[in-house]
Amino acid sequence: MRDWLIFGIGAAALLAGAVVVTQTIENEYFFFASYVVLQFVVLATAWNILGGYAGYVNFGSAAFFAIGAYIAVALFKAFQAPLLAQLLAAMAVTGLMGFAVGALTMRLRGVFFSIATVAIAVICETLVVNWGFVGGARGTAILQPSAPPLFGSYTRMLFVAMALFAVLSVAIARYIETSWIGRGLRALRDSEEAAESLGVPTLKLKLFAATASGALMGLAGAPFALYMSFIEPTSAFSLNYAVSALAMPIVGGTGSWIGPVIGALLLGSVQQIVTVTVSSELNVLIVGLLLVAFVVAAPQGILGLLQRLFRSRGAK
Amino acid sequence: MTAALLDVQSVSKRFGGFAALTEVSLAVRPGERLGIIGPNGSGKTTLINCICGALRGHRGTIVFEGHDITGLAPYQRTRLGIARSFQIPRPFSSMSLVDNVAVPLEYVAHRYLAHRGPVAAADIRAEALAILDQMGLQGGADAPAATLTQVGLRKLELARAMAARPRLLILDEVMAGLSSAEVDEVLTLLFTLSGRGVTIVMIEHIMRAIMRFSERVVCLDAGRVMAEGPPAAIAADPMVRRIYLGA
Repeated sequence: MRDWLIFGIGAAALLAGAVVVTQTIENEYFFFASYVVLQFVVLATAWNILGGYAGYVNFGSAAFFAIGAYIAVALFKAFQAPLLAQLLAAMAVTGLMGFAVGALTMRLRGVFFSIATVAIAVICETLVVNWGFVGGARGTAILQPSAPPLFGSYTRMLFVAMALFAVLSVAIARYIETSWIGRGLRALRDSEEAAESLGVPTLKLKLFAATASGALMGLAGAPFALYMSFIEPTSAFSLNYAVSALAMPIVGGTGSWIGPVIGALLLGSVQQIVTVTVSSELNVLIVGLLLVAFVVAAPQGILGLLQRLFRSRGAK
Repeated sequence: MTAALLDVQSVSKRFGGFAALTEVSLAVRPGERLGIIGPNGSGKTTLINCICGALRGHRGTIVFEGHDITGLAPYQRTRLGIARSFQIPRPFSSMSLVDNVAVPLEYVAHRYLAHRGPVAAADIRAEALAILDQMGLQGGADAPAATLTQVGLRKLELARAMAARPRLLILDEVMAGLSSAEVDEVLTLLFTLSGRGVTIVMIEHIMRAIMRFSERVVCLDAGRVMAEGPPAAIAADPMVRRIYLGA
């Protein structure tokens, strides 16, 4: 319980800090860039619930992200629905998508499961391209509502909202990891047959993990159109999201909730810096190279490297 | 005669054109120690997989303590009181030995307690350590299971199955590869469990263990029950000697 108290204080401090900087920092670009990094914290943490804890590698994260964004856009265009309603609807739909992906695990494991998630992403993109109401392939422009009170601009408000989602998703991942659910997921990742024979309801746990993972990915994507003021399928379904969602946890370390956070903060920041200083085309290349380097040299990620460092120090 | 704890009623299982089990019927009494022998490929493991739910789509019914469990998922059967070990050990490799044993403790034995937080977590750890201690695995209890030897893995299989607090424990060659002294150790442990009222079904190729442990032995061949009876009678049965011992 005490470590949850510390976690809660840390989370509250971070959120308070996020609110404070909206009042103190003048540069609008800071919020624009930080929003993206925080969005990757949510995406990476969500991916890790299914991919890291349960061992089911989802290559279709971009679909969850984009569907989350498009559900929000559809609601906004149809009913001028408030942001909260958009978020909840996006989470409900992508949560259902996650549930369906979880059901796939009954028949598909390992690489076959991953291939199926790629197929789902392709299907979703095709559907959206042909969905005229949200602009189809041409995309659609969304006007940001006027700046809400307390915040200087709508982007600043979205930045605080995304910080809240990041804290929320990390708290959910941490709860799953440290509870009996996490132990069950780890058990089924190592051997599904053995887990089932020792009383673990593997299908229920997988459905739960896949639903939670999908809903949080949808949450990461839901404010995307309002943030960009524009949405079109190619950028919403960008390969960058699918690759980053799995590269960040792997680079950070999939075993613990802090791993995806480290990976997302590191890779997300590097991407933003490279986009500004070098070129926006280069950032996917950097993520790809880092992913290859870590998979080959440090499969346990940065967390694994740190643990090895501390263990060898302790041994001396 | 008391009602059977486990009643396997004319179970048949086919894999494509291959009949792995044909009309197998078998009743196990509460508290019994039953040995199952048979040559490789005779259907012993298939029978266990049908009883535990790992294999579905077989014909016939399986009744446990008077309930038809044929349609239940494996985890539900474990919660009703059937635990098993796997012939090829399936450890949770990335998890420590304590966590391996804690899985059935959390999901079966204390499944309501486990959801209550750190006090329960300490209790579960203590109980897991005690079970590992019984199996001689207390050293390196916090090391990942991947570091265990073959023998260690078999002991861990047994430790996890025991942690599920079964009323029926099914052991699939749990003693393969163990030294003679270790076989005796495991047998002593199993006799203790049996003394506490746990019903034990043992598949084993180590005849010395089967003959010493079992009250009754069933011999399978080509998916059918060929003979059953007390160990001495089975060992002397000319048909069993022909199909199994090759004599």
